[in-house]
Amino acid sequence: MSVAVQGATGKGSREREQRPGLLERVKRSYAKHWYAYAMIAPVVLVLGVLVIYPLVEGVWLTLTDANSLNSARTIGVNHIPATYKFVGFHNYADILWGPGSYDRFWSHFVWTITWTVLCVVLHYTIGLGLALLLNQKLRGRAVYRMLLILPWAVPTFVTVFSWRLMLADGGAVNGLLSALHLPEPGWLDDPLAQKAAAILVNTWVGVPFMMISLLGGLQSIPAELYEAAEMDGATAWQRFRHVTLPGLRTVSSTVVLLGVIWTFNQFAVIFLLFGTSGGSDAQLLVTWAYRLGFGQQPRDYAQSAAYGVILLSILIVFTAFYRRWLARNEQANG
Amino acid sequence: MSTTTERPAPPASPVPAARPAKTRRRGESSPMGKALAHGALILASLVALFPVLWILYISLGPDKTDYLHPGEIFGKLTLSNYHHVLFDTDFFTWFGNSFLVSGVTTVFGVMVAATTGYAVSRMRFPGHKPLMWSLLVTQMFPIAVLIVPMYTILSDLGLLDGYLGLILVYSTTTVPYCAWLLKGYFDTIPVEIDEAGRVDGLTPIGTFWRLVLPLARPGLAVAAFYSFLTAWAEVAFASTFMLSSSKYTLAVGLQTFVSEHDAQWNFMAATAVLIAIPSSVFFYLVQRHLVTGLTAGASKS
Repeated sequence: MSVAVQGATGKGSREREQRPGLLERVKRSYAKHWYAYAMIAPVVLVLGVLVIYPLVEGVWLTLTDANSLNSARTIGVNHIPATYKFVGFHNYADILWGPGSYDRFWSHFVWTITWTVLCVVLHYTIGLGLALLLNQKLRGRAVYRMLLILPWAVPTFVTVFSWRLMLADGGAVNGLLSALHLPEPGWLDDPLAQKAAAILVNTWVGVPFMMISLLGGLQSIPAELYEAAEMDGATAWQRFRHVTLPGLRTVSSTVVLLGVIWTFNQFAVIFLLFGTSGGSDAQLLVTWAYRLGFGQQPRDYAQSAAYGVILLSILIVFTAFYRRWLARNEQANG
Repeated sequence: MSTTTERPAPPASPVPAARPAKTRRRGESSPMGKALAHGALILASLVALFPVLWILYISLGPDKTDYLHPGEIFGKLTLSNYHHVLFDTDFFTWFGNSFLVSGVTTVFGVMVAATTGYAVSRMRFPGHKPLMWSLLVTQMFPIAVLIVPMYTILSDLGLLDGYLGLILVYSTTTVPYCAWLLKGYFDTIPVEIDEAGRVDGLTPIGTFWRLVLPLARPGLAVAAFYSFLTAWAEVAFASTFMLSSSKYTLAVGLQTFVSEHDAQWNFMAATAVLIAIPSSVFFYLVQRHLVTGLTAGASKS
């Protein structure tokens, strides 16, 4: 309570300060906060040059018909200037409702959404289950923890490569399935099996991060809450439902948001599992955009960037709704 | 506990010892539950470990099709793949490139992320909220939208096919997350420590450098690990920006074993194992900090 009061007065005084003229205000703000600005300057500079500027440039590209044949390029000693021209929103219109837009965009869109939902749900539930197991007093807990983080500690392209060998026709996975007299799908060729394989591998890759984050969250829940719940005769399920889950709310909201962003933009798993040419159906929007921009001739920079902008818009809209939903939940739960 | 002493027996034991189920301490489960937990954890550990062991095993087979009949490898275990990779390819060049790029990215990225995280955690300055937002939004940028303009900019700045360009590009992907992570960690360090430092005459930056950073070691370790791993394992930027084979990083070099007509899986497997060693060592060094470092802030903010 006292914190809130303090915050309120602080805000009030700042508002009063802001009455003088603009120049005076900037000067005062600089005098007061110069060290804060000095500390964030490197990040702002690097992000500004290498993210904001490319983003603006990228958005501009989406409004043109740029590809590798009409962009500025240097062949030997000859510098050929760019000849692409402004085409307005043609690229977006073409992607969203042009001829063949279902195969080029909507099928990948549906698959990307399915992929994100399935992967994040699997990451979260498996991660939470393992975190709960690891949060008990168990012999050898440290060893289990170390082994379980391993998929995160080994670089993705190494592990995905290993999965690729295991999932190949006649590889370890199908060897196991045939020993059990189960059907042996062509994991890397059959469209549906490709998607299953991609989800399997990405789940394997993504669980450790969730597990460790949630384990940290579990350890921060005070033991007194469990004691009190037990005194009141709460069953194990009730303790989980009413103590553990609310206690994990802040960690969960962060890791789920990060999980959605990372999974939605997951590039490495698909790219490494199916290469640049294989698996057309299993391509996510992000790998599909990369293929348009770099995996074909001529390289279609404009469409590739337009896909990127669409992806980014989807994520920003999602995040805005998600945060609003979180805030409302927070209020509802006090 | 059961040693004979002159101390009186613990007073709080009216319950006969024959009912262990009721006297079990909190946080301990029944033997049955324990066995189940061990079973589940062993199964999960095997699933986590298997692909890593598998590639290690495949890397010991001498032929490029050995992965299709792994049973035969047992009869002809050999280190010849490693010999070939280490001495007949540019492995050490790639390794050096990767190490340089990841190392500098880690040091630079963590430093920059730490100052930003600290500023955001401790100081309320105009532009505070937009900065936090842009750090979050930056993580959403799909590489597809950035990679072409980045390519153009790097080529304009003359940074294409150079280490500095790649280091800066990697920093843009690692710093936003690390700054978030470290902001969360700094939030858990009491402000009183800063105030004490200020009272003793340290500048804000001196407080940060001498008092707060040493306390934030777990957070820094995790941020460093994340940065290193991201840079060490990155494929798309590296294969687009590094053009000459003397500048290849490991992730790009690995792809040279696969061409259209020939895939030398055995060499790839051996290289993959060699690549995994440094990151595993790094992981081993920071693993005891992982849990606290990763969520200290998230559970509080």
